[in-house]
Amino acid sequence: MITVENLHKSFGSEHILKGLSTTFDKGKTNLIIGQSGSGKTVFLKCLLGLFEPEDGRIIFEDRAIQDMDEEEKRRLRENMGMVFQGSALFDSMNIEENVMFPLRMFSKKKKSEMLDRVNEVLARVNLENVNKKYPSEISGGMQKRVAIARAIVNNPKYLFCDEPNSGLDPRTAILIDNLIQEITREYNITTVINTHDMNSVMEIGEKIVFLQKGNLAWQGDNTQIFKTDNKDVTDFVYSSDLFKKIRDVQIKEG
Amino acid sequence: MKYLHDIGSYFLMLKDVFSRPTKGSVLRELVLKEVDELIINSLGIVAFISFFVGGVVAIQTALNIDNPLIPEYLVGFATRQSIILEFAPTFISIIMAGKMGSFITSSIGSMRVTEQIDALEVMGINSLNYLVFPKVIALLFYPFVIAISMFLGILGGWVAGVYGGFSTSEAFIQGLQEDFITFHVIYAFIKTFVFAFILATVPSWQGYFMKGGALEVGKASTNSFVWTSVLIILTNYIVTSLLLS
Ligand SMILES: Nc1ncnc2c1ncn2[C@@H]1O[C@H](COP(=O)(O)OP(=O)(O)O)[C@@H](O)[C@H]1O
Ligand SMILES: [Mg+2]
Repeated sequence: MITVENLHKSFGSEHILKGLSTTFDKGKTNLIIGQSGSGKTVFLKCLLGLFEPEDGRIIFEDRAIQDMDEEEKRRLRENMGMVFQGSALFDSMNIEENVMFPLRMFSKKKKSEMLDRVNEVLARVNLENVNKKYPSEISGGMQKRVAIARAIVNNPKYLFCDEPNSGLDPRTAILIDNLIQEITREYNITTVINTHDMNSVMEIGEKIVFLQKGNLAWQGDNTQIFKTDNKDVTDFVYSSDLFKKIRDVQIKEG
Repeated sequence: MKYLHDIGSYFLMLKDVFSRPTKGSVLRELVLKEVDELIINSLGIVAFISFFVGGVVAIQTALNIDNPLIPEYLVGFATRQSIILEFAPTFISIIMAGKMGSFITSSIGSMRVTEQIDALEVMGINSLNYLVFPKVIALLFYPFVIAISMFLGILGGWVAGVYGGFSTSEAFIQGLQEDFITFHVIYAFIKTFVFAFILATVPSWQGYFMKGGALEVGKASTNSFVWTSVLIILTNYIVTSLLLS
């Protein structure tokens, strides 16, 4: 579980995150939603420790990152996995080397044991026979799977995903969402996902945090989100015509 | 003001490059890769340029001295001096600022814009040490590149001088040995080490701290060439005034 208390982050005179407080639960897919530019990526990078917030606390289980020394932070990092928006695979390495990379850097395992683990996680994300291919030689959906495999290869307690299905076709997008949810449940991970995709909200929105211009405007789950009368949330949810039509039909049918 | 800030960020970067080292077995692989990409891959162009420029230096010198009072061995002497003192260490380093420098800036810059550097940091890796330190080590081999350039430059001068009919082989070789000052060679290699450090770190710094997308990667590579070559010229002036005058 991750608890966030009164988080503030600015760049120069631009105040991006304006005092966020929330919790992200273990074994659940926690979603951060909001329009582009609302501060989702900045929020995620604060959780990861890539950005230093000016104020507020981020508490992992019962230890605040603000109270940790460098060594404790390093150990925390080893328990984190991240899936970047553009996958961020290392182009100079093939798929196998990409997934093995975190193991090589931190574990003292033998090469053959590492390889077994790599094949295990690649199988878990349904990728086989691509070990020797390079990132540029596989599709965007496959790159996302590799990025997920790389993020979970060290058995992280926390998994962060920045728009994991951006740039994917709707069918592949749902497969990726479901894969992340399965993995989250199977390994009891605290997963935090950034998205602006309403399909993801419906499919895997077990806990939803809605950001609006750097404020936490609403939180709840994917059944509550269709019932709220918070105007910012309904504007976001019904910005797609499809959802508007479904709502109108439901209202007509009572 | 902006320049002061930039210069400060460069020295802060150096501090991180030399701290929290990457695991030994991984480092060894990275260094070998950099030696291949930066050193081995530069040998062809360096050999080509050195040989022909050496030839031109010999021809120019010969054409400019038709006074019979000036001894014939001057062609070999002048070629040796200009190649060892300036052409090989400085001129080749400026060319490498273009070739190696833009390669380093664009490869690190594209890792920045595609969040690969963030990915390293998330894993708890010191990305500056991981990316830049192996380049610094690989460029310890840079003096070999310059030694090859010196040799081929002088060879080119000899070929052009002798086969172009500007000098006899004996006179040319006599000129090469005339007034030989070992300290000149030491001076040339001291410069070379300084330039190697600039070549490894300045383009890395330009790539690492860039912001934006693919277009900015191109701009950063151009900036990197300007910074690196200006710094090479300036340090050349400083080192020369300190050591030779
Ligand atoms: N490294 C940075 N430096 C300065 N401003 C930034 C930086 N990263 C993000 N921002 C600004 O923060 C705001 C929120 O961005 P972001 O979190 O990326 O939005 P999104 O919700 O689309 O992920 C934007 O206005 C962006 O310009
Ligand atoms: Mg974003």
